[in-house]
Amino acid sequence: MAQLKGWREIPIGGVIVEAGNAVEYKTGGWRAFRPVFGQAQCIHCFQCWLFCPDSSIMVDTENEKMVGFDLEHCKGCGICASVCPVNAKVIRLCIRMIEEGKAE
Amino acid sequence: MSKYEALTGDQAVATAMRQINPDVVAAYPITPQTETVEFFAEYVANGEVTTDFICVESEHSAMSACLGASAAGARVMTATSANGLALMWEVVYIAASLRCPIVMSLVNRALSGPINIHCDHSDVMGMRDSGWIILFSENGQEAYDNIIQAVRIAEHPDVLLPVAVCQDGFITSHAMERVEVYDDADVRAFVGTYRPKWSILDVDNPKTYGPLDFYDYYYEHKRQQVEAMEHAQRVILEVADEFNRKFGRNYGLFETYRLEDADVAVVVTNSTAGTAKVVVDNLRAQGLKVGLLKPRVFRPFPAKELTDALRHLKAVAVMDRSIAFGSMNNAGPLFLELTAALAIHGVHIPIADYVFGLGGRDIKPSEIESVYRDMLRVAETGRVERLVTYLSVRE
Repeated sequence: MAQLKGWREIPIGGVIVEAGNAVEYKTGGWRAFRPVFGQAQCIHCFQCWLFCPDSSIMVDTENEKMVGFDLEHCKGCGICASVCPVNAKVIRLCIRMIEEGKAE
Repeated sequence: MSKYEALTGDQAVATAMRQINPDVVAAYPITPQTETVEFFAEYVANGEVTTDFICVESEHSAMSACLGASAAGARVMTATSANGLALMWEVVYIAASLRCPIVMSLVNRALSGPINIHCDHSDVMGMRDSGWIILFSENGQEAYDNIIQAVRIAEHPDVLLPVAVCQDGFITSHAMERVEVYDDADVRAFVGTYRPKWSILDVDNPKTYGPLDFYDYYYEHKRQQVEAMEHAQRVILEVADEFNRKFGRNYGLFETYRLEDADVAVVVTNSTAGTAKVVVDNLRAQGLKVGLLKPRVFRPFPAKELTDALRHLKAVAVMDRSIAFGSMNNAGPLFLELTAALAIHGVHIPIADYVFGLGGRDIKPSEIESVYRDMLRVAETGRVERLVTYLSVRE
């Protein structure tokens, strides 16, 4: 975690004076369950990318492939696993939610 | 050129607002502040100001609109009383926390219940720890002068805090008195142009106001508010000095009246200080060494300066127009804070509290005189018989 600043060093009133710095706030530590990517089953439909509230689905835009999860920011909400159409058909293999601290 | 006009206290405030010509006013009418909003709405309708006047459906919305407009970089004013202030509550704290220099005319009225529309200070005393600067005014002239100065105090880069300017509901808000109204151009020159630090409308440099602020930084932002309050005392005096040079009226942290050689004194805010001055003159004519201290700045509380002004006295009476229920001896807020200030600064004078005038109960010169006579006895014996007296309540 970055060194916390003193009260003289920060803008008054809690105002955030720079845009687009939410990425610096690592929310991955909130997670109780983490998504695990089953690459072989993925049909690259991007439903997970579309629904993820934390922009934590990593995508290879050049090859138009879903490539995994940004676990520094993923809060483990499980929306990706819920909307995954492969999960709905096969027995939850494309995106599995695994309890943190347990083996896959 | 300034001129003298016959104005009510509310009208005096509305006149100051007209001259200041703020960018935005959001207010909801509530007795006894209503006249200010009515007059100001008239100025807007007549094109005498260029202010965006926002008619809102409640005081919570009024203060919320003020907050948003202030974050956008506007010079913002509002006015309210008692239950209106109570309905603003949540946003009152946020305005101070987000460092929005909003100026509020607060016409003091008893906070319900039972429902009452008349004067006491239970409304303002509830906001004493909210982070607002709080100024008191004895009469319409002082309310007018304080409103003009409040703009400069609030917007000072070392302060950036909202300011509430108080006056007594009905007693001064609806009493017509002689008020010296300064030249419009002079007032506008005095308040100058507000140059906000940031604006949420600056789309090229986007800012976020009011994000989540947890255990890692919230505390630091509160510490900054303390710093702003500490700067405020100096800024209030600087602004008062400039005001005096420009308009010839001298304001400080408090006013003293025949206090320097007095043996006993009363400490009281707002309109009752005016009545007390008459009592002081009457008692002085009888050879009694009595004086008065009238606090103007309640937040930030000038503890050291008040102590220095009172330390030579043999007895002090505080007159409180509200009760801090359940506090030490169920005293009033002004008494509680002043006794703490005296004790901390090592001054041990016999001191007593007189709660008075709740819900607009009239306070007569004879009652104030009885307080002075009590204190003259205390000065002789050195003993306070009763710490808190509820003056003229029926047994």
